[in-house]
Amino acid sequence: MSDELTPVPDAEPIKDPGLPEHLYRPQDVDESQAKRTERQISWMFRVAGLLFIGFVVAYIAIDIDATFLGWSAQNFAFGVTLGGGMLLIGVGIIQWAKKLMGDHEMIEMRHPAASSDEDRVAVLADINAGVEESGFGRRPMIRNSLLVSMGLLGLPAIVLLRDLGPLPHDQRRTVWTKGMRLVNDVTGTPIKPSDLQVGQLVNGQPAIVYETDADGQPVLHGTELLQVKSKASIIVVRMRPEDITADKGKENWGIDGILCFSKICTHVGCPISLWEQQTHHLLCPCHQSTFDLGDNGKVIFGPAHRPLPQLPLGLDDEGYIIAMSDFPDIIAPSYPELARDQKKLDNKS
Amino acid sequence: MRSSVRKLSTRRRHPLAGFVVLLLALVAVGGVYTAVAPKPATAQEATTNDVEAGRDLFLIGCASCHGKNATGIETQRGNNYGPSLIGVGAASVDFQVGTGRMPLAQAAPQAPDKKPEYTAEETRQLAAYIASLAPGPAVPDGEYTDLDKASTEDIREGGELFRANCTACHNSVGAGGALPGGRYAPTLKGVSAKHIAEAMITGPQQMPVFSDDVITPEDKRNIIAYVKQVQEQPNYGGLGGGGLGPVVDGLFTWIIGIGGLIIAAIWIGAHGARVKKRS
Amino acid sequence: MSTTEQEYTPIQDTGVGKKAAGPVGWLDDRLGLAGVAKKNLRKVFPEHWSFMLGEIALWSFVVLLITGVFLTLWFQPSMTEVEYHGSYMPFNGLEMSSAYKSTLDISFDIRGGLLIRQIHHWAAALFVAAMIVHMLRVFFTGAYRRPREINWLIGVGLFSLGLVEGFAGYSLPDDLLSGTGLRFVDGLIRSIPLVGSYIEFFLFGGEFPGDEIIPRLYMAHILLIPAILLGLVGAHMLLLIYHKHTQWPGPGRTEKNVVGYPMLPVYAAKAGGFFFVVFGFTALMGALLQINPIWIYGPYNPSEVTAGSQPDWYMGFSEGLVRLMPGWESTFFNYTWSWNVFIPGVGGLTTLFVVLGAWPFIEQWITGDKREHHLLERPRNAPVRTAIGVAGMTAYGVAWAAGGNDILATKFHMDIYTLTWIFRIAFFVAPFIAFMITKRICIGLQRADANRILHGYETGVIERSPDGGFSERHAPLPAGQQYVLTAHDRVPALEAPVEADENGVAAPHSRKEKLRARLRAFYYRDQLDKPTVQDVHHAEEHLGEHDGHPVELGDEFQGVSETGVPRVH
Repeated sequence: MSDELTPVPDAEPIKDPGLPEHLYRPQDVDESQAKRTERQISWMFRVAGLLFIGFVVAYIAIDIDATFLGWSAQNFAFGVTLGGGMLLIGVGIIQWAKKLMGDHEMIEMRHPAASSDEDRVAVLADINAGVEESGFGRRPMIRNSLLVSMGLLGLPAIVLLRDLGPLPHDQRRTVWTKGMRLVNDVTGTPIKPSDLQVGQLVNGQPAIVYETDADGQPVLHGTELLQVKSKASIIVVRMRPEDITADKGKENWGIDGILCFSKICTHVGCPISLWEQQTHHLLCPCHQSTFDLGDNGKVIFGPAHRPLPQLPLGLDDEGYIIAMSDFPDIIAPSYPELARDQKKLDNKS
Repeated sequence: MRSSVRKLSTRRRHPLAGFVVLLLALVAVGGVYTAVAPKPATAQEATTNDVEAGRDLFLIGCASCHGKNATGIETQRGNNYGPSLIGVGAASVDFQVGTGRMPLAQAAPQAPDKKPEYTAEETRQLAAYIASLAPGPAVPDGEYTDLDKASTEDIREGGELFRANCTACHNSVGAGGALPGGRYAPTLKGVSAKHIAEAMITGPQQMPVFSDDVITPEDKRNIIAYVKQVQEQPNYGGLGGGGLGPVVDGLFTWIIGIGGLIIAAIWIGAHGARVKKRS
Repeated sequence: MSTTEQEYTPIQDTGVGKKAAGPVGWLDDRLGLAGVAKKNLRKVFPEHWSFMLGEIALWSFVVLLITGVFLTLWFQPSMTEVEYHGSYMPFNGLEMSSAYKSTLDISFDIRGGLLIRQIHHWAAALFVAAMIVHMLRVFFTGAYRRPREINWLIGVGLFSLGLVEGFAGYSLPDDLLSGTGLRFVDGLIRSIPLVGSYIEFFLFGGEFPGDEIIPRLYMAHILLIPAILLGLVGAHMLLLIYHKHTQWPGPGRTEKNVVGYPMLPVYAAKAGGFFFVVFGFTALMGALLQINPIWIYGPYNPSEVTAGSQPDWYMGFSEGLVRLMPGWESTFFNYTWSWNVFIPGVGGLTTLFVVLGAWPFIEQWITGDKREHHLLERPRNAPVRTAIGVAGMTAYGVAWAAGGNDILATKFHMDIYTLTWIFRIAFFVAPFIAFMITKRICIGLQRADANRILHGYETGVIERSPDGGFSERHAPLPAGQQYVLTAHDRVPALEAPVEADENGVAAPHSRKEKLRARLRAFYYRDQLDKPTVQDVHHAEEHLGEHDGHPVELGDEFQGVSETGVPRVH
């Protein structure tokens, strides 16, 4: 197969008529037109300058809290003066180029992208000479040992990155333990079954999130608090008991139709609280994974795969709802070791 | 002697004079008490007349779906035309009728809000009737709706509660959100504080219930105060885009940004006016 | 036409050159730049609006650099928890990260801060959009063919880095919306088979969210990626200058020349002016259109989310793919393989860049065309390439729309599950339909072009023949226009590959060659070839019988020109 496309005899039905005759602009032939355009452009620049001064005036005169048309007055004033001025300068320069600068079309010849043959030959000769003189080819012992040591230089560079982070640790557990109270998010108040009506949704947290130590400082704060919340957040829903079909072994995980599930979606970890009280479906707003809480948190639509983990509930001696253990399923978006860790968790319980 | 001078009327007493004095005393004490006593929890008291009027309105406009006794009408398949209203309370009625959701104009995945069919008085009467059938949540009073009483700290906490409980369905500015099956979480813009409180208390249709025992009346007031604050504050940066986020920004980028700049590019490359040169 | 000779007048005799002789001479004594300047000062660039799309991207990048430096003066890239006591009252006393607090300060307590933030964000959105529009222009005109394949690859690199840079940038304020996006990226990384949790722990410095990710994204956003971008942009421009810009075919334009205007003064002015236009445009957008109002979203909290969570528009296609994917996850060898996240997330992004990067080489393999090309191809003259491009855009568009399926459901009162299913099917079916429609449209346009050459254009002059029939007078197109319509390659003759030589020895790689021949045939098969010389002669005679020029009808109606403008005598 040839490199060139097969040439066809009569290639060009229409011949190239060449560059068209140059047409002049009004500014080229009429000096008064040119002067008018010049004035027009000059005015654009002048107004732009005024706008920039206006920016400074606005900066000094407008209060930071002032509003204009329901927007921040400063933002509006700064942006309109700055933007308007820039735009005018740009338009002026372009108008200058279009109307007043020389507009004869020019032709420049192209050169082939490849270097010329003489240059190539010369360069190859230089490379050969250089490599010859270096002895790279003739002295394999130096060459090979150099290459190996250079390769090994990569190791310190990579190894230095080791402390970017800890090795992945056990992700099986959350802060939930037997006896920990469920509390309402933000207010931290514990919950009794009588507080909840059928159709209710509570966005909750483990009680430890709102615990304070002897000095009145929160036990969990900052990064640690966020890490706890990203795994231990829960939702509590109350349904009519006849609407729940619990899996074997989970029949007593609820209290009179009150169930507790993880708030963290098993897809990529967004918190879910879009609860439809009549259909018992829980919809994640991120990618629309839907879980049926009347059916053990089973996935009924969307890209999630694992059902929503459920927390077994009980009551403490004051009548508040508590967890009876940690989550038996791993909370988290899926990760490679999930299957292994889940097995370990199942074996423990 | 002074004590001996008496008016003729001092010895004259009507047999019922004692009762009159008692009556006057009761009225006086009652009046003073009413004047100085704190307002009762319910905003409006239902009189027996309201209940009767409400029942009449109910039979005309609501019984066809909710049943003559408001116990609901079930279909053969076990669905219902209209659910039972026993125990839903005045708050539910005030919400559903006051926002125009009820009466339902046509079958739909969800009752949309529309212009209310009943006047405020009729709504109150309907609410009184339903409330008379069984105990249920009352129409929220100032404890829930006196937004002026919310301090800055209250508004801040209301915001935290709003983001923890509400934004997942209703979005950060209460612009609303999508639910499956053609249902949706409606916008909160232009909704009165009372109606928002009622929705939280009664959990209309798919919306969950947020009972006063978990989200207290004060919490509810703070949430509503935050929502109003966020909706009424200026859009500091300019045209808002309806609170729909990056989707609208993307539209503006392409239509206004790229569109405008391509128009500018076409202008830059365009040939302007040409003349025939005078030879 | 003769080339204009550059005559060199001694510097002392020219105007500005005379004044500049002093300082320029001082510089040149030390730097010897005259050689470079000589080649480039009056370099010719061709004129067309579609050549300025890359400039939008370039100037947006400069705007980003300038506004970005401003923002770094106040932004604090730290996830340390602080209490807010600034001007935005609904957050008074609220705990948040230092990054979020500093962004609030920039928005409410630094004068002009909100404007610069908004300009920065609009410019970022424009940057990626302009790159896409520029890339589409280059694709549909075939400007990526030899010798510009490397420049195309640099462009794909710029595009992919631009996406990452934008993502890093809008995640820096650590607000609820972008934090939700980071949570998604965390899940994406975890889905990488076998090594996912290791990469996650190294990137985040531990479990999500940790306190390392914002400072690390900051480093990437202000140092690492801009440096690479600057280098790539420099290389991109250098190659453009070396190869010279491509041009549309037309009178006087050949594969061996460039016709246009010189860099100094015309293009320096137009490009420089366009910079101010782009900057002014983004500043006006920052003044009038709100973008990323982080104070509405609140600080990031892993237990909070907002309905209608989307990433910035350029990540929309990836978001859409993730939403459309069914929930497939499997367990092999005691490991979890999250296909539901890995395929659309990592797989989708990688596929896009690999396909884009490989395309020039795939096309070259199919067509066998290894010549240098400096004249652009009109999209209609490469119907299969154009149709493939439109099919690709369709697939991308469906994924992009799917990323906003909940907004669409809310606004148009549709069921979100139904919408998702429609998009799932459309993602596979719509590109095929788009391909077929586009290809047919291109061939139709080619037919229209051929008609205009062979039959001329319609003048709007209606004639009545002696026997009563009406017809419209046609006139030949001006020579320049005719040339434009035919200034493209002929469709090559398609040969079947040699299966065996004369001794019956089978050709090596014959299966590959057969596939290549089939693809090549498909590529060229249906498109129209341009008219032959005989066709054109024949047409000229035919038109000549009816006079070659518009009919004289007196002083009023002279028919219309080829662009439909009525002629006035």
